[in-house]
Amino acid sequence: MEWLNTLLQGVLLGGLYAMFAAGLSLIFGVMRLVNIAHGDLIVLAAYIALVTVQALGVNPIVSLIVVVPAMAAIGYALQRGVLNRTLGDDLLPPLLVTFGLSVIIQNGLLELFTADSVKLNAGAIEVQSLPVGGGLAIGVLPLLQFLLAVAVIGGLQWLFYRTALGRAFRATSDDQAVAQLMGLNNAHVFGLAMALSLAIVAIAGVLLAVRANFDPAIGPARLIFGFEAVIIGGLGSMWGTLAGGVILGVAQTIGAQLDPGWNLLAGHIAFLIVLALRPEGLFPKVQG
Amino acid sequence: MTRVEHASASSRVGLGIVAVALVVLAAAPLWADRADLRLLAEIFAYVALASLWNLLAGYAGLVSVGQQAYVGLGGYLLFALATLMDVHPLLAIPLAGLAAAVVAVPTAALMFRLRGHYFAIGTWVVAEVFRMVASQVSALGGGSGTSLPASVVLSMASTRQMREFLVYWIALALVVAILGAIVLLLRSRYGLALTAIRDSELGARSNGVDVARIKYVVYVAVAFGTAMVGALIFLQKIRISPDTAFSVNDWTAFVIFITVIGGIGRIEGPIIGTVVFFLLRQTLADLGAIYLLILGVVAIAVMLKAPKGLWGLVAERFGWQVFPLQRRLVTD
Repeated sequence: MEWLNTLLQGVLLGGLYAMFAAGLSLIFGVMRLVNIAHGDLIVLAAYIALVTVQALGVNPIVSLIVVVPAMAAIGYALQRGVLNRTLGDDLLPPLLVTFGLSVIIQNGLLELFTADSVKLNAGAIEVQSLPVGGGLAIGVLPLLQFLLAVAVIGGLQWLFYRTALGRAFRATSDDQAVAQLMGLNNAHVFGLAMALSLAIVAIAGVLLAVRANFDPAIGPARLIFGFEAVIIGGLGSMWGTLAGGVILGVAQTIGAQLDPGWNLLAGHIAFLIVLALRPEGLFPKVQG
Repeated sequence: MTRVEHASASSRVGLGIVAVALVVLAAAPLWADRADLRLLAEIFAYVALASLWNLLAGYAGLVSVGQQAYVGLGGYLLFALATLMDVHPLLAIPLAGLAAAVVAVPTAALMFRLRGHYFAIGTWVVAEVFRMVASQVSALGGGSGTSLPASVVLSMASTRQMREFLVYWIALALVVAILGAIVLLLRSRYGLALTAIRDSELGARSNGVDVARIKYVVYVAVAFGTAMVGALIFLQKIRISPDTAFSVNDWTAFVIFITVIGGIGRIEGPIIGTVVFFLLRQTLADLGAIYLLILGVVAIAVMLKAPKGLWGLVAERFGWQVFPLQRRLVTD
């Protein structure tokens, strides 16, 4: 029964990782950009939520109304102002610029908020749980997180395949030059993709801040979890990303159950095993 | 008869300056005090690390943000060899490099499955895995780390002054050896292939360069060098812990900023970059987090406005090269 509980916790945790991964995989899909600052942007969103909660005295979940548009605006400005200039055949500029951004965000947050860890309090919902029989219970908050992750990924899937914006994303992903010939403004499309990516980051950041303590230095580890979920799931597949997040979450909780020191290491090992045995991921996008 | 000439007027002057600088630096124990010697050794370590990263990212196109994996591995291997196996610490430096190269062989095989950009984050995962494994090794202090026992430290040299001189000279010898090896590599046919890969991977491949194999060899060779530098860094510190050994800020962020600011894809870049970095550090270090923030902004500005770095500007403006690396056909 304890193991079943571990498994369940891992699945729910996986939802959060899938959300870390969704924003990362979205911009990679659209513009072949790997954003090394992704994890630090999640932490930035958490701090914006912290400031919002303190200033307005609202519940963290309500702060999403402020944090999501704020992060989306940052994303659009960042893409148009900086990142668009790094795109091209050369891998180096986008990697180095986003790596520089990561260091800037981390140290900026450190300067503003110190290295002390903080947490957002979502009130009574944090301790509520639903009994599911057999002596097991699911926390309402983790369940909410997981459902939100499913909704975000379902929404992304719908947006990609059922809307004009999604068509624009897929077109620039397939061939930037032809997309431009067809009248798309690539710079704007990329700006929107980054805005969307950071809107998801905003949700992930608020959920992270409610779930556990955070401080300015935890960003890179979130980047790594998101990245591992993307690779385990298979590039280009949204539902695969969710599966990747769940596998990573389960590996971590099982590792932690065996030995607390093995928590994160078990997740990394799961990633390395997938990479060794099935480098295209478990659910790669069907080609053609 | 036609032949390839590597040297130019500027490289003859440049090598002359390098030779004079080497004599002056080798004699540093005569003119520098202890703090200066430590600072110089640290500068040498950064020149070596940045030159190795430059070879990896600037030439072979392997943008790793996880080279702290090999700095830390080298440090930990030195501590393991010296304290657990009674190997002489000076012998342990090359042995640590060799062992790290052996570790790099399967690691590279795994990492090369990640395409382009994702390779970068993959290398970071490897560094994290190494850090976590290191903190599980209780014989080396686990998560809190350990110090070199006095007997090991004394086995290097009996007096403290002699030990400091020794570490300084080894640091100088190591950076000279690494720079020399890179110059020789770049002058060889592999260097021609690497330069071709730097300028256009597709072009290199279509001209018959075995890109995958060369990348593999460069990755393992860079791991070898990086681990030796790591071993030396922690031999000088006499103390090691997982967080200092596998620090992404100290061994990757700084190294990347140095290379980008100095000029990536040019052998002079990391040297110029290290000088700029230490000048900035000596003046701005009191600012703490702001200092790192400024470095990040400067690196982004350089990447966007002058992607070839400071030395790139100089080289393009005046056509200078310090090391004889260019290839020019001359007829006698």
